[in-house]
Amino acid sequence: MLLLIKYTLLYGIVLMLVALGGMFSEHSGIINIALEGIMVIGGVAGVLALTLMPASMPAWLVVVVSILAAAVAGMVYSLLLAFASINLKADQTIGGTALNLLATAVAVVLSKYFSESGSAKLNYSNRPFLFSIGGLEMSVFVPLGLVLLVVSFVVMYKTRFGLRLRACGEHPQAADSVGINVYKMRYAGVLISGALGAIGGMAYIVPPVQTWNFEVGVAGAGFLALAVMIFGQWKPFHIFGAAMFFAVFKSLANIADSTFLANLGWSSNIYNMMPFIASMIILAFTSKNSMAPKAEGIPYDKGSR
Amino acid sequence: MEKKKMLSRSGGGRSAFVSVLAALLCIVIGLVCGYLVLLAINAEHAWADGFVRILKGGFYDAPYGVGRTLANAAPLVMTGLSVAFAFKTGLFNIGAAGQYTLGAYGALYCAIILHLPWYVSLIASAVLGGLWGAIPGLFKAYLNINEVITSIMFNWIGLYLVNEIIYAGGTGPMYDARNTRTLNLRRMEGAEGVTIPDFGLNDMFQTNSTTIAIFLSIVVAILIWVVLDKTTFGYELKAVGLNKNAARYAGINEKKNLVLSMVIAGALAGFGAGLYYLSGVSEWNPLNSTTLPAMGFNGISVALLASSNPIGTIFSALFISHITVGGSFLSTRYYPTEVADLISGIIIYLCAFSMLFRGKIAKLLSGKRADKTGTKEG
Repeated sequence: MLLLIKYTLLYGIVLMLVALGGMFSEHSGIINIALEGIMVIGGVAGVLALTLMPASMPAWLVVVVSILAAAVAGMVYSLLLAFASINLKADQTIGGTALNLLATAVAVVLSKYFSESGSAKLNYSNRPFLFSIGGLEMSVFVPLGLVLLVVSFVVMYKTRFGLRLRACGEHPQAADSVGINVYKMRYAGVLISGALGAIGGMAYIVPPVQTWNFEVGVAGAGFLALAVMIFGQWKPFHIFGAAMFFAVFKSLANIADSTFLANLGWSSNIYNMMPFIASMIILAFTSKNSMAPKAEGIPYDKGSR
Repeated sequence: MEKKKMLSRSGGGRSAFVSVLAALLCIVIGLVCGYLVLLAINAEHAWADGFVRILKGGFYDAPYGVGRTLANAAPLVMTGLSVAFAFKTGLFNIGAAGQYTLGAYGALYCAIILHLPWYVSLIASAVLGGLWGAIPGLFKAYLNINEVITSIMFNWIGLYLVNEIIYAGGTGPMYDARNTRTLNLRRMEGAEGVTIPDFGLNDMFQTNSTTIAIFLSIVVAILIWVVLDKTTFGYELKAVGLNKNAARYAGINEKKNLVLSMVIAGALAGFGAGLYYLSGVSEWNPLNSTTLPAMGFNGISVALLASSNPIGTIFSALFISHITVGGSFLSTRYYPTEVADLISGIIIYLCAFSMLFRGKIAKLLSGKRADKTGTKEG
């Protein structure tokens, strides 16, 4: 049971962070399908920072620096999406898909360059990221994620910035008419999603294992986070709930073979499939009154009406 | 007179020319970026041992390499066609990977379990792919859910499903525990006629998986071009893609057409998987539950590079296959083979806004009369 809670929390926080990233981007009006790629980039940047730092550094500094490295890398990478979809008015889903494809290639090339063996596997120590409360081993990403959740909620619904961001996703022309710079707000939305997605990518890779093969990327976690975001109806606390719900299934897949669940004879494939099926069912039922930002996916053109 | 007729026909000769130029521009920029990466990794060997090998592609080790390029290009043409066909009808088929997965299962089941001849297996793979494509189509037509989201979900559902059925806890009849892959089509019992014939191509290229698959895919590409550009059915599909409401007003059943578009797109992707696995290029690995087949996503690159022209997909698939094979010939001592993936990744990112290039090129070509027809495609 303790194991189930541990896995659920670890994985749920990952999904939540990335889905929150997607939320910021979509509220500004940009569909961020590149979250999967941003996670990979964040992961590889964070892990590289982790391996390149000297062992003598204090643990807290290692944690802070590597998370910052991941966030910055994610922001830089998301700039590519922002530039293509805001300035060049490219199709956002196509641009995002391209970035997903590119991300894995970049990550593999980078990891092969830096790894000693010449393979795409990087070894690192995840000790600094772990602590335990009453026998429950936790990663620093859990408290960090919860803090970011609250911050996201406050920013989105209690600040002027959040209101303006949402305006740009709902009706950019109206926002522009009252003096909001739509391009700037959309850049902000995408950059925040880049940072959150990248931290999520690192949270996915670092805590559970000490070595990671970047050829597998993040195995669809970014796409699952998109589903979480839709399931959570683009609202922070709903997203948190949705992420935990999805994470339970994933954790069941992880522990299926070793616990009482083994008697059911279901393989991990079936548990892995469940969140996707669940989100399709939910989507089917909620499609009539979707809370999606109205202007998402449409490039903003000052001249159009 | 002749020239005018060409211009008036669906996009016209000039916009096709502009598309080709834009694609070439994307390729050149992508290659330059790739060269810079090679320089950054190891400057000393970047030209001869790196860049030239990628450019030479399969020709570096001819005829074997060329055979490999052709064997890999055949399924790429099909997944590219799948995505391109969906684009033409206003849909983004990111689900080619899932449809490809189901198609692979259909082909392998017919070949390994039922020992059916290859052409029956190919049809089975197309049917299963089409079935998987129908799902996002139905969701889109009747529940108004974006096909991109549905396709992504069903990619993974398809992967887990197929892996579960084939592996079945390690006891599946199609599973070969020694190789952790499905049974090898050429070495299993009753293999007669289950693989696509090669008519001497294998001897010619000194490979064991170069079959007539590439020619089959070219035939299908021409067929799709005819359907899209020369038939009423194709016209209706495109009309729905351009403006759903206008199409309905004109008496076209837009829901039926939308689902049909996705079924055809899915069938094309599934057929591609059939071509790949029935040629025996490699076997399915049911233990890999973390990555979707790359063919599906490379299909997106192929379609974008061809700006969704069915005939263009043949050439862009050959090109993508060419540099991928070229990448595999990179000396692993100096460079990771994924530099080729990096190059095609950059190219498709550029393709995402190639309409901008197209606009610029058209402007340069025609002076003040900028050709805007090309900018709406892709």
